[in-house]
Amino acid sequence: MTKTIRIDGDTIPFEEGQTIIEAATAAGIYIPHLCHHPEFTPHGSCKLCTVNVNGRNCSACTFPAMEGQEILNNSQELQADRQKITQMLFVEGNHFCPSCEKTGNCQLQAVAYHLNMLDSHFPHFYAHREVDASHAEVLIDHNRCIFCTLCVRASHEHDGKEVFAISGRGINKHLIVNAESGLLKDTNLEATDLAAHICPTGAILIKRTAYQVPIGERSYDHQHIDQVSLALVHTDEN
Amino acid sequence: MQAFVNHLATENQYQSTHLLRILHAIQARYHYIPESAIEQLAPLLNITRTQIIGVIEFYSFFHLTARGRYELLISDSITDHLVGKQALTDYLSTKLHVAVGEVRADGLVSLDNTSCTGLCDQGPAGLVNGYALPHLDHARIDQISELINQEIPIELWPSELFQVDDHIVKPGLLLSHPLTPGDALQSMFNRGLTATLAELDASGLRGRGGAGFKTASKWHYCRDESESERYVICNADEGEPGTFKDRVLLNSYAQQVFEGMTVCAAIIGAQQGFLYLRGEYLFLYEKLQQILAERRQLGLLGNNILNSDIHFDIDICLGAGAYICGEESALIESLEGKMGIPRNRPPYPVTQGYLGKPTVVNNVETFLAAAAIAHLGGQWFATIGTEKSKGTKILSISGDCARPGIYEYAFGTSIETILSDCGAEELLGVQIGGPSGLFISEQELQRKLAFEDLATGGSFIIFNKHRNLLEIVNNFTRFFAHESCGFCTPCRVGTSLLKNQLAKIVEGHGSAGDVVALEELCALVKNYSHCGLGQTAANPIMSTLARFPELYQSRLKNISYEPGFDLDAALETARQLANRNDAAAHLTQVEQD
Repeated sequence: MTKTIRIDGDTIPFEEGQTIIEAATAAGIYIPHLCHHPEFTPHGSCKLCTVNVNGRNCSACTFPAMEGQEILNNSQELQADRQKITQMLFVEGNHFCPSCEKTGNCQLQAVAYHLNMLDSHFPHFYAHREVDASHAEVLIDHNRCIFCTLCVRASHEHDGKEVFAISGRGINKHLIVNAESGLLKDTNLEATDLAAHICPTGAILIKRTAYQVPIGERSYDHQHIDQVSLALVHTDEN
Repeated sequence: MQAFVNHLATENQYQSTHLLRILHAIQARYHYIPESAIEQLAPLLNITRTQIIGVIEFYSFFHLTARGRYELLISDSITDHLVGKQALTDYLSTKLHVAVGEVRADGLVSLDNTSCTGLCDQGPAGLVNGYALPHLDHARIDQISELINQEIPIELWPSELFQVDDHIVKPGLLLSHPLTPGDALQSMFNRGLTATLAELDASGLRGRGGAGFKTASKWHYCRDESESERYVICNADEGEPGTFKDRVLLNSYAQQVFEGMTVCAAIIGAQQGFLYLRGEYLFLYEKLQQILAERRQLGLLGNNILNSDIHFDIDICLGAGAYICGEESALIESLEGKMGIPRNRPPYPVTQGYLGKPTVVNNVETFLAAAAIAHLGGQWFATIGTEKSKGTKILSISGDCARPGIYEYAFGTSIETILSDCGAEELLGVQIGGPSGLFISEQELQRKLAFEDLATGGSFIIFNKHRNLLEIVNNFTRFFAHESCGFCTPCRVGTSLLKNQLAKIVEGHGSAGDVVALEELCALVKNYSHCGLGQTAANPIMSTLARFPELYQSRLKNISYEPGFDLDAALETARQLANRNDAAAHLTQVEQD
């Protein structure tokens, strides 16, 4: 007999070993997320995918699906709180969507739209962050880093390199690269590496490609992130 | 330096799990971790330089830039503030010509704040090159300044400067009758391992760190895992401000704590144990090593313990200034030579702990009690306390009372009794369980010390009526923002937002909506954070807001709106550039009514 969980009242099947987000995605249910990526080891840090499992908040990307779980995902309360968590990310760094070349392709921006975020709500930190433009083909704009570690994981798990890492503690967390000079140009990163393309925001960009796809024709210009996200996984499977 | 780093790597068998130990040695010698040491160490330990940099930047006691040859840290715990920490730090700063947070130009001395040093009963306290300096006063600061200016090596400083007292005021069930080394192990072997676990179960002992998980169940789960390798860890990273009982237990009852760990090892089948000692307790390190050596001599550690077929040994690992490592999975990460970031759970440490193997992590006091139970049986313990909280609890009492120190009480004792014993007068309230616990007011003194009422890891800070409650809450809230590991968004960003939002109100810049905004933020941080740190970081605000709402309201401006943006502060750079500071160079935020 197939094992099942219930999400917002719908019964969906799961396989042993699946996380809640994996089971949900397979069933066509979108759970907002930023640090989660189906191809990499779950991280559980952004907390956007928080769902309520039998009365307790859990990260859907790390928590295993188990028989008998009654899960709330699309509740008003969760969506409102996810919006606030997204606003936290916006005020922590320096995100100016209109002047960012990632606009329209940015998951942070798209999640914010999805959650109906209309302002930043919290006072901005105006953190002083640097740009590392040393690499011939890849740029790091630390202003936009949200510490999701997707570049760290992609470099390690997919590219077989160790280009990126997160260092520091608390609000002083920051992305570092694996070079004695601390500069991207002195790492073994290549523009073809997945790590250079995986950033959900505009923190890691490929140089000279900014407007190849014009604004208005980008991933999230005509579709919400839930549709894009679910389509992506289902295309991969086929 | 190259030879030194090489030697360290060899001495540590090139194990990356020993990274903190190696960094401690480099930091002690050079007062920072030089870049060349990182470059040399990475290949020797077969880890990336980024892992080493990450660890250095994570822990407060490691630095990428040089500190003074005498590194002075002054405890920023509220208990130190109550006894004049601020004025003393200012005095020290003037005396030594070094600003807080800086290194003196000649590189001789640096001065900074640090989180609670666990000397709350004998503050104001500090650390010099990691070693505890209790009872600071003007005379001692004069003396210390003189010693530093004359560049006298710390080993030659008068020993009374480093004299840390136990202050056991009220010993009870456990503290009155320390075991003779070997007694618990002998009783356990006589009774049998399974029967001893049954005694532990019957005793009802629950974890003394505060969470209160049943100890026997934890050991059971770990024993039942189908792995051949298991570990025992004693969590001596007591970083909760106001807690110092583990300091005393390890100073005067270490034999029994180690014996408790050995009992656990025998029962679950572990061959290796670790004592994770907080960096602030460096002064106990050598003494504890000697006790371990003694136990090996007595056949109580090592191979064939008391001629049985049990083999077990204990290693001591020093933390490096990170409160979060008191969280068991963060502690395990730290033991593995990494940043102390709490793991995702499940899996729990009993199934996948140190190096992915089943691991029991217990508090110092839990092991102390477990040893006594192994010797005297479960019933002896279970008859004391309440139905759900058996036995006694050891408290660290500090703050506004006549007799700060260590007190042991049967569970179920009322707060009133405790306050009367320690001589608390003109009470405002008590912070129970440290900043992550609960503030109770003088209206609630009939409440009881028990898991079912006031659960606590043992921190008990008393405040009298002359104290400014909002300053206290401010101190606690700053503490959490400083100690957040930064892994998850709600805690990383949220604790700093809480700090700023509270400061806005305390400093008198808040208006009508600001308390509501504060409450909303508290709920968010509490409900969505990854681990206990974030889930409890808003407790000081929430528990005082519930009891003293008028206190917060009284700080608000009588205007409907105050921008979060400080107009006048934003002009500071312009004022400096124009070299002006007259009235016309300042802006009032919003015209007052």
